[in-house]
Amino acid sequence: MLKIEDLNKFFGGIKAVDGCSFEIKEKTITALIGPNGSGKTTIFNLISGILRPDSGKIMLGGKDITDKSIEDISNLGISRLFQQTRLFNNLTVRENLLLALDNEDTKFWSVFVLRASADKKNKFEKKIQEMLELVGLEEFADKLARDLSYGQKRLIELSRAILNPHNFLMLDEPVSGVAPRLREKIKEILIGLKEKGETILLIEHDMNFAFKISDDVIVLEKGRVIAEGKPDEIKNNPRVLEAYLGN
Amino acid sequence: MISAYFIHLLILVGIYAILAVALQLAMGFTGLLNLGHIAFYCVGAYISALLALAGWPFWFCFLSAGIGAMLFGFLLAIPTNKLKGDYLALATLGFSFVIYAVALNWTGLTRGPLGLPGIPKPSLFGFVFSNNLSFLILTFIIALTSYFIIKQIASSPFGKVLEAIRDNELAVRVLGKNTFKMKSYALGISAFFAGIAGSLYAHYITFIDPSSFTLLQLIPVIAIVIIGGLASLRGTVIAAVVLVLLPEPLRFIGFPSSIVGPARQMIYALLLILILIYKPKGFYGKIELE
Ligand SMILES: Nc1ncnc2c1ncn2[C@@H]1O[C@H](COP(=O)(O)OP(=O)(O)OP(=O)(O)O)[C@@H](O)[C@H]1O
Ligand SMILES: [Mg+2]
Repeated sequence: MLKIEDLNKFFGGIKAVDGCSFEIKEKTITALIGPNGSGKTTIFNLISGILRPDSGKIMLGGKDITDKSIEDISNLGISRLFQQTRLFNNLTVRENLLLALDNEDTKFWSVFVLRASADKKNKFEKKIQEMLELVGLEEFADKLARDLSYGQKRLIELSRAILNPHNFLMLDEPVSGVAPRLREKIKEILIGLKEKGETILLIEHDMNFAFKISDDVIVLEKGRVIAEGKPDEIKNNPRVLEAYLGN
Repeated sequence: MISAYFIHLLILVGIYAILAVALQLAMGFTGLLNLGHIAFYCVGAYISALLALAGWPFWFCFLSAGIGAMLFGFLLAIPTNKLKGDYLALATLGFSFVIYAVALNWTGLTRGPLGLPGIPKPSLFGFVFSNNLSFLILTFIIALTSYFIIKQIASSPFGKVLEAIRDNELAVRVLGKNTFKMKSYALGISAFFAGIAGSLYAHYITFIDPSSFTLLQLIPVIAIVIIGGLASLRGTVIAAVVLVLLPEPLRFIGFPSSIVGPARQMIYALLLILILIYKPKGFYGKIELE
């Protein structure tokens, strides 16, 4: 599905990503883990086109997307959740989600089409309703995003990333700072998505969560991949233990 | 006498309301702190005046003013695309200085500081809007139309994308939407309405010179936008009425015009500062900026 080859990214003297290569298999959940500052978010930023690599290649389903714009990469099928919340705070929950679904809203003529096709509208409404039910926030549909609690914001942002049409989902710490009960819920949602055939790459600090949810784990240290494998292999890998304990 | 003066004030209310509602689209809805707005007004006024003086009919001058200003809006969107907040404000400020300098120095076209006198009053279908009451009606109709068009834009899905850009541009791009295109539209449309406001002004006063288009002239417009409340169109209109009429009692309690003029600027600037300190959302604004 997604393949990165010998990716490098410097920030001044810091080598944030140092010759990374890995491949994400279709219909799996892969966890990208590693100590603070090991380059996880930077890799996400490179994949989604927010940063340009100094060298290396990023392939999505056999297509080279290394030099594509943020918008193009999104439209080629990558959806993403950020580590820091990036909701549209002055819009309602419903409007936030609608923005992910509607691809015609950037067309200026849509302003003067008084009645959007009822079919399309209903389809969007239904999807939003289903999504809100899934995360248990139906009654918040018309609340402003800025009035939600942190955990609720995270759920809506996750919903937005899921609703944004995609075939590859990248989540940067979806459960950090989220209450335990909500973590379980997010875990169930993600596993549900996988069962429906989705491919997910997620960054996670909580090792237990990462090991429980993922099919494959990639461990990063100082911008390098130091281990790759099934959760059980990674758990007992001395190199990984060293990286975490040494930190 | 007073009623004639009152009509004059209401015409100014109308022109300021168009300018402020237009700025609201860029600033309140899209989050673009555009200090070049006055330059669009200037471009519109000069295009309309020059075409009218060359004998073109009013409707043509008026629309050309809007479209000409809109082209400048699209143009300004290109170099400022990557800029945000203070940097965008500075760059657009630079733009308004450039346009002012052109109006002042391209004497072959604009007659520079001498200005352009004798701009004809508007006429449509053989009817000349020569007295102020008829001009007020024209201004009112144009202001109302502008208001409803901008309201329609702001409340459409297209407008929601603009608001989303204001709240978090990167998140909009990651949803696959071309924000450069959206911001260009916002600036272009905003400029269009500033341009037609400029046209109205030129044909109302019948004389323009560069001094009507300095940064000082932008202060009341920004004051209206902020005091009315970012992204509140209703608040903007109310603020336009209140702010244009507010300094007038000074005149009636006997202050001479030479004091009322500067006092007006001071009142606006002072009000702006007070509002920013004590009521940063304005009177009708709901949005909170990060
Ligand atoms: N835009 C930037 N400019 C300069 N340095 C940066 C930038 N982004 C990241 N870095 C640096 O690159 C390194 C990797 O950062 P990154 O955010 O990718 O780490 P991370 O693995 O996501 O960490 P965390 O677990 O804390 O989120 C860090 O040393 C960080 O300080
Ligand atoms: Mg990170």
